[in-house]
Amino acid sequence: MQNISGIRPGKRMGFAWGPGDILVYETQNKASGPTGSGCAFIHVVRKDEDIYSPILRKLFNESHHIFVGLQTIKDDLPSKSKKPQFVSISRNYRSVIRACMEELQQAVSILLAIELIWNLCEVLFIDAAPAGSLLLHLLDWVRLHKSDVDEKAKGVLQSDSPAEHRDYWDVVLSYVLQGRLEDTRKMLMKQAMLQPAAKSMYKLMDSLLSKMPFYNPGGTQTLTEFDVKWRNWHEEVDRYLKDNSFASNQHLEVICKILLGDEDVLLEHKELLSTWYYFLITRLLYCHPTVKPTELHYYAQSSMMMFLDSGVPEPLDSILLAAFEFDIHQVIKDCSIALNNWWFVAHLTDLLDHCKLLQSHNLHFGSNLREFLLLEYASGLFTHHSLWQCAVDYFDHCPEFGRVYLELQIERVPLDTERKALKVLRICEERQMSEQVRSICKIMAMRAVRNNRLGSALSWSIRAKDAAFATLISERFLQDYCAKGTFSDLDLIDNLGSTMLLSDRLTFLGKYREFHKLYGEKCFSDAAKLLLSLMTAKIAPQSFWMTLLTDALPLLEQKEVSPHLNIGLK
Amino acid sequence: MESAKYVSQKVSKARWRPVSSSFLQQPEIFATGSWDNEENKISIWSVGNYENSGLEDGFEGDPQLICENKHDGDVLGLQFLDQERIVTASSTGAVTIFRHHHNSQTISVSQQWVKAHHYPCDNAPCTAVVCSSPEIITVGEDGRIIVLRADQDCMAQVIENADSSTIHAVTYLRTTEILTVNSIGQIKLWDLRQQSNSASQILSLSGDRVPLYCIDRHPNQQHIVATGGQDGMLCMWDVRQGSMPSSLMEAHSAEMWEVHFHPTNPDHLFTCSEDGSLLHWETSSHSDMPSFLQGNRNSSVTSRSAMALAGGNQSLISAWLNGDSSKSRLETTHMLPSQTLSVNSLDVLGQCLVCGTDGEAIFINKQVPV
Repeated sequence: MQNISGIRPGKRMGFAWGPGDILVYETQNKASGPTGSGCAFIHVVRKDEDIYSPILRKLFNESHHIFVGLQTIKDDLPSKSKKPQFVSISRNYRSVIRACMEELQQAVSILLAIELIWNLCEVLFIDAAPAGSLLLHLLDWVRLHKSDVDEKAKGVLQSDSPAEHRDYWDVVLSYVLQGRLEDTRKMLMKQAMLQPAAKSMYKLMDSLLSKMPFYNPGGTQTLTEFDVKWRNWHEEVDRYLKDNSFASNQHLEVICKILLGDEDVLLEHKELLSTWYYFLITRLLYCHPTVKPTELHYYAQSSMMMFLDSGVPEPLDSILLAAFEFDIHQVIKDCSIALNNWWFVAHLTDLLDHCKLLQSHNLHFGSNLREFLLLEYASGLFTHHSLWQCAVDYFDHCPEFGRVYLELQIERVPLDTERKALKVLRICEERQMSEQVRSICKIMAMRAVRNNRLGSALSWSIRAKDAAFATLISERFLQDYCAKGTFSDLDLIDNLGSTMLLSDRLTFLGKYREFHKLYGEKCFSDAAKLLLSLMTAKIAPQSFWMTLLTDALPLLEQKEVSPHLNIGLK
Repeated sequence: MESAKYVSQKVSKARWRPVSSSFLQQPEIFATGSWDNEENKISIWSVGNYENSGLEDGFEGDPQLICENKHDGDVLGLQFLDQERIVTASSTGAVTIFRHHHNSQTISVSQQWVKAHHYPCDNAPCTAVVCSSPEIITVGEDGRIIVLRADQDCMAQVIENADSSTIHAVTYLRTTEILTVNSIGQIKLWDLRQQSNSASQILSLSGDRVPLYCIDRHPNQQHIVATGGQDGMLCMWDVRQGSMPSSLMEAHSAEMWEVHFHPTNPDHLFTCSEDGSLLHWETSSHSDMPSFLQGNRNSSVTSRSAMALAGGNQSLISAWLNGDSSKSRLETTHMLPSQTLSVNSLDVLGQCLVCGTDGEAIFINKQVPV
């Protein structure tokens, strides 16, 4: 709820809905008493400020380009070969989001959240990794969105004595939590150099870290073989913990417990983990690296409950949880409610639909989910004075209602210049929207006639193949001739060419002018023949018959002409 | 090859700032004008040459915005008057000269004719502007041709009702003669010395009166002129010979907005269109290749020679006038990586090409093969 600035408090307001905004005005409605002074202002309240931000405009334009490219992927290819394409398109969308974030100086939390959700959806739904690879992808996901570790590490490494820096152990633990064991080992070596007495302990830790198995999807090892190897390693680490190999060094003991997936120890480092989904991934890494997609939801729910003290999840948390539960519809629904712009849900749903992941989810008016969201998004775009052109492509790819929406919206685009009208016309013509073509051409032609630009008016009637209007214009010319005795705009009438055939009246105009030219050039017999044909062809307006007969008079005096005319006039 | 820079405004015009030809420099600065915005802008950009870039294929990094200024109305025409000044044509009917101050890197209005183009009771958009310092010639939807001089407030010459339809583009034929194109498919030649209200010559295509939107003159052979219009056909005309085009080539599937001969290599021509494509045309004459090998083209281009040139010395007749026939080959290449929204404007200088689209993007190519 927001106060609208400029509205005086205590006044009665009236309002009317527009396509993307509300018109608000003060009214004088009062039961009794004298009316005060009115306010001459009308306020326009817009709900979608996002559209008007220049940086988000780049998002809309670039994603429009990606969207159109996606629609043209052929349907008949087998889905196996299409998956890499879909993943690549998903990554394109995400890089556009990140480019936007980079431009906005402060990272907008909405964009961060959008990218996080989209990335998770890409991992779980589009890439759809099986057990083994799944954890690796989730690790990548967490690492991408928790980049403050590298910042801290940089600070530590650039100091004089990294191993004594106060953030040193935080960095080491963060590396372990993210499964970045190579980096952990490098860091630990610096500490090892400072403590020669504990050399063997550090050597042991280093060896354990180096031996942790990571599943290699491209390799020859099966998942079961990996699982066996991993369990063996896990047991080895457990043995060293139990025989107090690290007891004298509290830090190394913590690391050891983390490697064993000790949940209590993990929860002691909540500030380093910072989110429940980071906790989830670490937990899976060190307890159950062969997690299957179908098992995710159980671990996700328990992780969230363990991590969040207050127990009340934020909207983002619910969305991520729904994703881990593979409830795509819930993800889309929650995103639609949480975000005030349709951009994200429309594009994501469209991509998921192309991956054939959405069953047709009928809404009460019978359209499917993808189309509904695209229509909402495009309708919002259409209210923008500039982005309406992007919206057209979106309507094109909504098979059920897209055309109807476009027909209604395109007529509302203001036509300030001829160039804009030409672009709108091209859009209508390409889609065989002939009613809209005629309507636009008529508007432009009427405007031209009002401004006395008869050539322009004629050119619009030709475009619309509007014979009636061409007739109107010809009448104007003929009226002008009757009033002034000469033709205006000779450059037009003399050069009508085949457009003369558009309407009878136009043909008459052209031929009548030709008659005048022939007469002026003293080709009297040709002039007479033409005049005769004009009279007999009955294309002359009734009001002109007298004029034609009058024109015939001087010709009758011409000797070479009179026989023809005499016969004709009878 | 081409990199897109998204600029959050639909680009209606893009022009390189002229470079001094003696230095054989590649152009670095260009100006753009926007349209269809609540607040339109004229912007100046730089594509600096980064010497140790190590980048390939002419990709020189993003153009950087130097400065910009508010512009009242859509920018329908834009030309550099000289190194500091830019003339624009506005949809409000105004003609404005902007000055780019190099020291402070700002741009400001230097001179303006507010209602240069108008109807009796309304504004009329000024559709195109062309200049040859200090003379500026503008045309508009009101059918007027106006001759202005920079630094003089009064209008040097006004041809009222020069056309009964909208004049869409204008170009110099000679220093005192100009060519205009209009909505009823005519090219009109005007001799400005004669101070008359009617054209010296009218050329048009017989048959359909397809509106023409752009015109450009061959840089060396001044009788050759290229036009494009609503049907996307590229027409070549010889203004000395008759009133019909000498060749017609199918180019685009929608309106052609601009056509440009390359200023120093006129065997190359560039066109851009509402259909989202930008084509590079290259002609070569006196081909020794047997006709059955000439079928090879980069994109399907068909042409018809509307008029066989009777007699005359073949070597003097430009390959352009022959179109794509047995006498000369024509090669066409698409310059943009994929279909975009309408390409509204292009400019080419040296090896550099810049264009602007309705997808709110600018494309730059610094290694055009000319």
